[in-house]
Amino acid sequence: MAEIKIMENIIKTENLKFNYQNGSEEKPIINEVLKDINIEIKKGEFVAVLGHNGSGKSTFAKHLNAILLPCSGKVYINNIDTADDDNLFNIRKCAGMVFQNPDNQIVASIVEEDVAFALENMGVPYEEMRKRVDDALKAVGMYDYRFHSPNQLSGGQKQRVAIAGIIAMRPECIILDEPTAMLDPQGRREVMKTIKTLNKECGITIVLITHYMNEAVECGRVVVMDNGRIVFDDTPENVFSNVEEIRKIGLDIPQTTELIYLLNKEGLGLDSHIITEEQCINAIERLLK
Amino acid sequence: MIKDITLGQYFPSDSIIHRLDPRFKIVIMIVYMIMLFSGDSLICLGIGTLYTLISVVMTKISFKLYIKSIKPIFPFLIFTALLNIFFIKDGDIYFQWKFIKITSSGVDTSIFMIVRIVLLLIGTSVLTYTTSPIVLTDAIERLLNPLKKIKFPVHELAMIMSIALRFIPTLIEETDKIISAQKARGAELDSGNLIAKTKGLIPILIPLLISSFRRAEELATAMECRCYNGGDGRTRLRQMKSGISDYIALFFTVLFFIAVIIINHIIK
Repeated sequence: MAEIKIMENIIKTENLKFNYQNGSEEKPIINEVLKDINIEIKKGEFVAVLGHNGSGKSTFAKHLNAILLPCSGKVYINNIDTADDDNLFNIRKCAGMVFQNPDNQIVASIVEEDVAFALENMGVPYEEMRKRVDDALKAVGMYDYRFHSPNQLSGGQKQRVAIAGIIAMRPECIILDEPTAMLDPQGRREVMKTIKTLNKECGITIVLITHYMNEAVECGRVVVMDNGRIVFDDTPENVFSNVEEIRKIGLDIPQTTELIYLLNKEGLGLDSHIITEEQCINAIERLLK
Repeated sequence: MIKDITLGQYFPSDSIIHRLDPRFKIVIMIVYMIMLFSGDSLICLGIGTLYTLISVVMTKISFKLYIKSIKPIFPFLIFTALLNIFFIKDGDIYFQWKFIKITSSGVDTSIFMIVRIVLLLIGTSVLTYTTSPIVLTDAIERLLNPLKKIKFPVHELAMIMSIALRFIPTLIEETDKIISAQKARGAELDSGNLIAKTKGLIPILIPLLISSFRRAEELATAMECRCYNGGDGRTRLRQMKSGISDYIALFFTVLFFIAVIIINHIIK
């Protein structure tokens, strides 16, 4: 039984530690960014990683496809140790990464060629590549724009092209490092919709690094990081019901949860695990009746 | 404002020339250049002009655009022509006044010079107007591929070139933003003499440079994430296929070239 359980894990870290070193050789200033991270993420999960600036969430993300290697501890992607140099490309094929600024991750001047970039690098033959590029563009809803230049696209569209460039590799897992931080609300909705579809319909595991609470609410699991440690790891309902603690580490809580929290403070006794607007409306309606 | 700058001046259309294999276009271009400079008689020049005109008409691009490509070098043309006229002193004398002497050979040379340069420019415009810069870079990479054997970094150069092309509009946009930001902070960019204006560029260039480095680093990471590992074992989405029309085009160019060589030989 235990073995089957391990198979299901796509991401697993063991006592992951990472620090940056500054200063001179004699007097190094060691800046501990990640302190003992232990996490298991199963195939098909949709996980949000929350944390304020400097909490180590981006550094953590970079460990998930071997851009950074742990100072101590282990990171396993699909049971492959990321420190294993021979498997570097297998790890990157398995765990694709999307960054914050879409402009800085689009390599080619034509949308479809950018989507093909990873496949070209992997040496995929033409017919297969053609099919995968078209599939990827259709999956993010950018097929009609395949001959456009990235400069003609909006931020949200560019980010979707960047996501297409990753899913063309057919990864089992996509790590998105604040993919909506530079987008307008319209673009943010587009990207979130795309990510959710990929998770539900293609079964791709999603790790979404974000600092938007509304995005975290839509995930199945929320991991809150603070100062290089994981402080919460649970469903969004359970995490956000800890209003005081979440506030203490400098994060916001969703408006609905806040409303319920304030009402409960007045002694109304509502269910503190409410996060969606619908649940909130229903609960208040019931109370008023 | 400065967003209109385009490099390479590509005009999309669906002419025969547009559809030619870019690799062939580059080879044809080289043959064409040699052709222009291998004939010394007026007939040879005429053949070159005819060839150029035929290809210009075939591109279906307005002739005005070709004229526009010559305009910037017009002063330079006149200057070289004058130099040739006044400093070549062989041949029959047409006009003499004190030390100024205009001879037949001087006039001939300057006419040849002007026509050749103009044809050369129009010819290169035919190539760049009908081929997008990115396709051109790709074609150059494929043509230079044999040089990889002597360790010449063909793929790397082409990659640098295509990334540069990709980022030109992005950086122009950013420059616009920086200019606005500096103006909002009270920078005077368009006033004063040349030195003041040049100094005014510093607060624009420094932030631009810094942000370019940041972009470069992020791009490098993103490329690594997508398994970029240099040029070895790469396949391509863009296929270049040469067809009959490419061979016909090359054939006719070579035909013109041979005609020039033969005529040149007979006249001598």
